[in-house]
Amino acid sequence: MSVPVHTLFFAAYRDRLGLSELTVELAQGATVADLVAELRGRGSPFDILPEQPAVAVNRTYAMLDEPLGAGDEVAFIPPVAGG
Amino acid sequence: MDHPELSRSELHRYARHIALPEVGLEGQLRLKAGRVLCVGAGGLGSPLALYLAAAGVGTIGIVDFDDVDASNLQRQILHGTGDVGRHKLDSAADRLEDVNPHVEVVGHPQRLTSENALEILKGYDVVVDGTDNFPTRYLVNDACVLLGTPNVYGSVFRWEGQVSVFATKGGPCYRCLFREPPPPGLVPNCAEGGVLGVLPGIIGSMQAMETIKLLLGKGVGLAGRLLIFDALEMTWREIALRRNPECPVCSDSPTQTGLIDYELFCGVTRPGEGSLHSAEDFEELDAASVAALLASDTPPYLIDVREPWEWAVSSLAERGARLIPLAELGDRLGEVPKETPVVVYCRSGQRGQSAARQLVAGGYGPVSNLSGGLLSWAESVEPGLPVV
Ligand SMILES: [Zn+2]
Repeated sequence: MSVPVHTLFFAAYRDRLGLSELTVELAQGATVADLVAELRGRGSPFDILPEQPAVAVNRTYAMLDEPLGAGDEVAFIPPVAGG
Repeated sequence: MDHPELSRSELHRYARHIALPEVGLEGQLRLKAGRVLCVGAGGLGSPLALYLAAAGVGTIGIVDFDDVDASNLQRQILHGTGDVGRHKLDSAADRLEDVNPHVEVVGHPQRLTSENALEILKGYDVVVDGTDNFPTRYLVNDACVLLGTPNVYGSVFRWEGQVSVFATKGGPCYRCLFREPPPPGLVPNCAEGGVLGVLPGIIGSMQAMETIKLLLGKGVGLAGRLLIFDALEMTWREIALRRNPECPVCSDSPTQTGLIDYELFCGVTRPGEGSLHSAEDFEELDAASVAALLASDTPPYLIDVREPWEWAVSSLAERGARLIPLAELGDRLGEVPKETPVVVYCRSGQRGQSAARQLVAGGYGPVSNLSGGLLSWAESVEPGLPVV
């Protein structure tokens, strides 16, 4: 059984990836780190994602070892510097 | 009769504040006693400083070393057309004095550095981060954590903004959220990526509001919450933040107890400066050297890594440049000949460094970057070349 999670990308991430959302199928018991590794493993342009991105699961900041469940919303919070 | 600490004209000026139960006379006196440092007098710092001054915040410090440029005016409403070419601090002081002569504006005409940050920040109750680059954001955060001063954070990119309050007692800090700086080149700055002028107006006004709430000690602040604003969709997304128990600066047992070299930390170099990555296998060439190479019998392969709209305004196309925006370079490496020396350039030299690194990693070479970018080219080789 795979676990579908709903990923969201904002600002520079959205621009560089060319998409604002993506559903990713993960193995049972997968964590945020597994999701990041799965995406980065797709190569360009997903390899622009940092290894330790700031991520919110269901609108709460999450550590990399946080487990993901079916239907979770994972938002990649982009670093933004402009002022 | 004058109130002991607010003059008759101040009482009149602040009447709509004093009418609020959450402010009142006591709150207005708190604002008058308040000392706020604005880091940056740009897009965010403009509405921020204007509203703080109008609100009667007694001491407003501003750190900025830039001059007003005409391209600032689309968003930096603190400055006017007649201020172009003036120091931003002079322009800001005049404008704020006009907005409210009862407040004191303190200028810090410096670049904030690890050497001067603690000294500059320590006299203030609240620090507001309105800077435009990652090294200064990490510097401001760490200095605020060390001093125990709240850091009212805002940042903008194109149509999107973020706002939060960091480094309050027990609350998370910027480093809890963004542990590592992004790799150079991932996030374009406003000059490269553009920004809709109203956006910093909205985010900077939110920062002003949070600052005033902190001074008053009223309401529910943004500590522990990050708001992400999307102006195109006109939505706000709220993210609950957490303190990272292993945060190097704000955890209970921090591994970093002083300020560090933030340029090095973020892996960036300033325009015109040599690369900090001395081990890297590309060369920084000044504009005159690049011009000489291009005029030689064996000119290098010249790549412009800026965005198409920048290219449309001016480029070195007549000298053989091809446009490959930095974001596309990885996918278009095949277009670059392997047997020829390559020179890359951008606007100020920073994207060129990222491109040069990619080319070196891809086995191209010898690779050089036009140091200081097209800006320095326009300064020394082709005066009058418009560069946006
Ligand atoms: Zn922290």
